[in-house]
Amino acid sequence: MAIPARRRAADVAAFAFATAATVFGLVWLAWILWTTLSEGAAALTPALFREMTPPPGASGGLLNAFYGSAVMILLGLLIGAPIGVAAGTYLAEHGRYTRLAAVVSFINDILLSAPSIIIGLFIYQLVVTTAGHFSGYAGGLALAMILLPIIVRTTDEALRLVPDQMREAGFALGMPRWRVTRQIIYKAALSAILTGILLGVARIAGETAPLLFTALNNQFWSSDLNGPLANVPVVIFQYAMSPYDEWHVLAWAGAFILTAFVLLLNISVRVLARRGKHK
Amino acid sequence: MNDTASALRIRPADMSSAPPARSVPTAIEIRDLDFYYGKGHALKGVNMAVPANAVTAIIGPSGCGKSTLLRTINRIYEMYPDQYATGEIIIDGRNVLERGYPLSDLRRLVGMVFQKPTPFPSSIKANVAFALNYYERMSKSEMADRVEDALKQAALWDEVKDKLNQSALSLSGGQQQRLCIARAIAVRPEILLLDEATSALDPISTAKVEELIHELSERFTIVIVTHNMQQAARVSKRTAFFHLGELIEFGSTSEIFTNPREQRTRDYITGRYG
Repeated sequence: MAIPARRRAADVAAFAFATAATVFGLVWLAWILWTTLSEGAAALTPALFREMTPPPGASGGLLNAFYGSAVMILLGLLIGAPIGVAAGTYLAEHGRYTRLAAVVSFINDILLSAPSIIIGLFIYQLVVTTAGHFSGYAGGLALAMILLPIIVRTTDEALRLVPDQMREAGFALGMPRWRVTRQIIYKAALSAILTGILLGVARIAGETAPLLFTALNNQFWSSDLNGPLANVPVVIFQYAMSPYDEWHVLAWAGAFILTAFVLLLNISVRVLARRGKHK
Repeated sequence: MNDTASALRIRPADMSSAPPARSVPTAIEIRDLDFYYGKGHALKGVNMAVPANAVTAIIGPSGCGKSTLLRTINRIYEMYPDQYATGEIIIDGRNVLERGYPLSDLRRLVGMVFQKPTPFPSSIKANVAFALNYYERMSKSEMADRVEDALKQAALWDEVKDKLNQSALSLSGGQQQRLCIARAIAVRPEILLLDEATSALDPISTAKVEELIHELSERFTIVIVTHNMQQAARVSKRTAFFHLGELIEFGSTSEIFTNPREQRTRDYITGRYG
């Protein structure tokens, strides 16, 4: 059973390379987390979640920005997820062999890779100029536009992963397609569909460009979706560009929370996917 | 066109084996059936009368069209856009291949069990009740009775009666396959199609399912596709041999296995090819 020295050397080299590649990838994440944490440490106090964004020279927190972001992400999710899951279902189930589905799928791929600033400008033109003012609704809509193609694609793929035998078994019992889809296929693909939705949320959580043109920002507390709304990415953008040290620290703290939130979402995705496999 | 005429049209070589088929009623009358996968011609002019309340086995080498024949009887092939059939399949006096024949009626009449067990990702009870819920309105206790009845008929009740609410995916492969049989017979079909239903199972589970097939044949017309000739010989009353999309020979199982008329049947039975 002696393994030739050359093969063993190749194995060691491959292992070393793979490890190095992994470390290379992880180093950046650790670095980002560490930098944002240490730079923003001064602002990582309960006040961060209790106080509003301050004027220059004063102390404060990011409560209004967290709230605005949460509301707009939720709005984006409420619009994007149902339409996305429905469209993905059409592509994978009802329209699978049709020309229309192929066309929709192609257009969805284009939308998927559209730069987010274009989406922001589009909603700006569509909603903000029409209404005459920036608003949280416009922001949520822009986020939904970015989320939608992601969910369409991931739902489509999740459903296609369910073997055709499952569909055949359902149809062989005489069930109509909607019933087979709703009661069998969705259940089988549930964790994969949820995974796609969570990954989509992680993606829109950090989007800045579309919000810059739609929700803009708001230095004060506001829960009015019909007016400019504070949000984490735009606050980070503005505070980081400012000349004030207090604002820099807050921007770092906001960046840390955002990164940690996205990381947490991704970990939940892992857990979900694993549970899906065990089922 | 009556039963006798089409039975006689099967093939000259098969004529003498036709009389036993006439002595029992015919459940499925297949006439001039052709089947296409796109341009591929998978079944060629098949004529066959499947007797009621008996097990009919379909054997033949891979790609001979035996599974295709089953998939034609319940029209499951219609899921795929480039597959189509021509000819007639008469069940209860109606041609089920006719466009207007409702699929849900057909599939209620004709149950199917597949090669790989296909439990749905829900509880054991929900699996059996799945189609019942769709076809019939009934009370909870009635539903429970029907589920129990189906599981008993599928010889699975004793093994699962204490865990009806557990996931069907927790069952063993053999149990899953019997669950699929229970699910199919819960809606009280007349015909049961088994597409190599034991080929993914271990020998003990296979024996259980075969015994079950034997018991069920008193109440259902059963058509099984199998690549296991011993199995065909064990469970079926009549056997059809297919080769390259054609029905070569159809007769009583004992005759097919001991004294086949066609050279090609003899070659297959004796293991020359396949």
